[in-house]
Amino acid sequence: MKRDHGYLAEFADPKALYHAAKEARDAGFKNWDVHSPYPIHGMDAAMGLGRSKLPHFVFFGGAFGLFTGFTLATATQTDTWGGFWKFLSVIPGLDSIPYTTVVQAKPTNIFTTPAFFPIMFELTVLFSAFTTLFVLLALCKLPRLHHPLFESENFAKATDDGFFLCIEARDPKFSREDTPGFLEKIGAESVELVQEEI
Amino acid sequence: MADATPAEDTNKVIPGILEREDLVLNQRSFGWITERVCGIIENRQPLLWWILFIPLCIIWIAGVGGGLTYLVATGVGVWGNNNTTMWGWPIVNFVFWIGIGHAGTLISAILFLTRQNWRTGVNRAAEAMTIFAVMCAGIFPAFHVGRVWMAWYLAPIPNANAIWQNFKSPLLWDVFAVSTYFTVSLIFWYLGMVPDLATIRDRCKGGIKKTLYGLFALGWRGGNRQWRHYEMAYLLLAAFSTPLVLSVHSIVSFDFATSVVPGWHTTIFPPYFVAGAIFGGFAMVLTLMIPCRKIYGLQDMITMKHIDNMAKIICFTGTIVGYAYLMELFVSWYSASPFEGDAFRLRTLKGPYVWAYWVMMFCNVVAPQAFWFEACRRNLWVVMIVSMFVNIGMWFERFVIIVTTLPRMWLPAEWGLYSPTWVDIWTFIGTIGQFTCLFLLFLRFLPCINIAEVKWTKKEADVHNGEHPHPGDVIDEPTYKGRIDDGGDEGQQSSTAATEPATV
Repeated sequence: MKRDHGYLAEFADPKALYHAAKEARDAGFKNWDVHSPYPIHGMDAAMGLGRSKLPHFVFFGGAFGLFTGFTLATATQTDTWGGFWKFLSVIPGLDSIPYTTVVQAKPTNIFTTPAFFPIMFELTVLFSAFTTLFVLLALCKLPRLHHPLFESENFAKATDDGFFLCIEARDPKFSREDTPGFLEKIGAESVELVQEEI
Repeated sequence: MADATPAEDTNKVIPGILEREDLVLNQRSFGWITERVCGIIENRQPLLWWILFIPLCIIWIAGVGGGLTYLVATGVGVWGNNNTTMWGWPIVNFVFWIGIGHAGTLISAILFLTRQNWRTGVNRAAEAMTIFAVMCAGIFPAFHVGRVWMAWYLAPIPNANAIWQNFKSPLLWDVFAVSTYFTVSLIFWYLGMVPDLATIRDRCKGGIKKTLYGLFALGWRGGNRQWRHYEMAYLLLAAFSTPLVLSVHSIVSFDFATSVVPGWHTTIFPPYFVAGAIFGGFAMVLTLMIPCRKIYGLQDMITMKHIDNMAKIICFTGTIVGYAYLMELFVSWYSASPFEGDAFRLRTLKGPYVWAYWVMMFCNVVAPQAFWFEACRRNLWVVMIVSMFVNIGMWFERFVIIVTTLPRMWLPAEWGLYSPTWVDIWTFIGTIGQFTCLFLLFLRFLPCINIAEVKWTKKEADVHNGEHPHPGDVIDEPTYKGRIDDGGDEGQQSSTAATEPATV
């Protein structure tokens, strides 16, 4: 039992694809995408997409890393938190938080924080990197090892030297009869109906 | 000036457009790039690969595996470290390998932010080199703790003794810095590889290869909705990796600079170490890339322009390192500190390791001066030889810093000498084997050039090539992508503005 996924149109070169994307954007399609072996400069605007929201998440990830570094170091070695972490003493290994140590004559209150800057910085970067990786995968909805487009043999060129535009069947403006004509009008060299097994 | 005949304005300067050198020579197509790079993985390896791999693998197992096993089973006394020189070859090797790793991150991150598109030919291999170098480096501090079975005390996790680490110690900053550096480099390297792994997956006919490459390619489809998040992630990782690469080697330098030992307790160490790391790292990149491009036929993607640029960076950072050496010598005199002055007199003139200092000076300061000359930068034999000298010189620099200083510290009663044992030497040779074997495995199984990015640098890849945006076009100019110059109006405006005064 096959279901339509969409029409996959192949284009000759990135310029043709770029102009076609603008046409598809202006025609009001919403569920469509452009496939290329490398990111095409300016394609985001041609598709009517704004900037990625990834930095918003990464900011909070990094801030959490900074907080973790600060808390880890000050809670265990200084008395800046007072008795705040005492509730953790139910765990045997954590019953002497903090254990203030005078090292190199540095103070044991909050003013010793500059000695912790390297650790705070490194944890900021580490947590930011993890956030970047995981939020990227989430935003791209990857890993997704199977996708209907892989049913098309021609689509293998998308990672080599092919330039494709795919309008999906779930788009409200999709039409089984008219969409191939539209794609050819905007410069497609070939149009293929991609179906998936359900 | 009334002049009836409109004469040609001979003062108008028409700028000669200096074309950028092509980054992909011979007008190779996208398909050629895919074919050439994937072909390395898909076809049989050249015999040379096996000739190098098998002996080096044996050296790796015997040197690292055997050396470390003997160390743990017998005790730290098998190393040459003694009470005077408690940091010997192991820490020299640690700083050496960490330094080499820095070039990869610089190429990926800093050259990305400065829009140096030529980095695309070498960044994959350089990042791989970083990962493998950090793996080799991490062995030494881990085993240098002495009682390796207690090395987990370095991790900030609760333990039954309720002991926490000393977060104010540079040695612990090292733990955080090197672990972060390894993890972030690994993430950056892997993310960069996802589109290329998809390329290999799509070329595989089936079977276990397709499954594995497909698994790691995460189902990448090359859709722009993914590319835009991917490019943002790449930018963010580059933005983090830049201060990371600067901070990691600074923190490693703090191992020395935060002490009070004369010759170590100096604020020049962080920038000097970072510059030295970049210097040594680029030399290692060249040492690896020059044979690779010849053996695998990658000259059209790793061009003489790439080698020229890397040689210039070596020249530049080598000059900084040379300046740091001279400044150290100057300050050791200018400071009027007898201990500082003695430390350097012992290093350069009359100590037991004076020969090491002058080897270092020759390799790091004299040899790279050849790169001021374009003929030298473009001659592969000269570049290869100078790079080898720099690799050796950078190892000697760390040797000089550690082993010439420690045997001659504050108290003459504790002065001693240091010599490495065969375990020291054999372990180090083992790590060289480890590094090279891992790199050979990388060449065998993973795309050694960033296929997607090299395609992106071609002139045909830019949809604005030769065109200007029309009024009314909504163009989102992501600030992190540089446009390939198309000459045209911008060039003319700036030149005529510059020549305006001359025509008055």
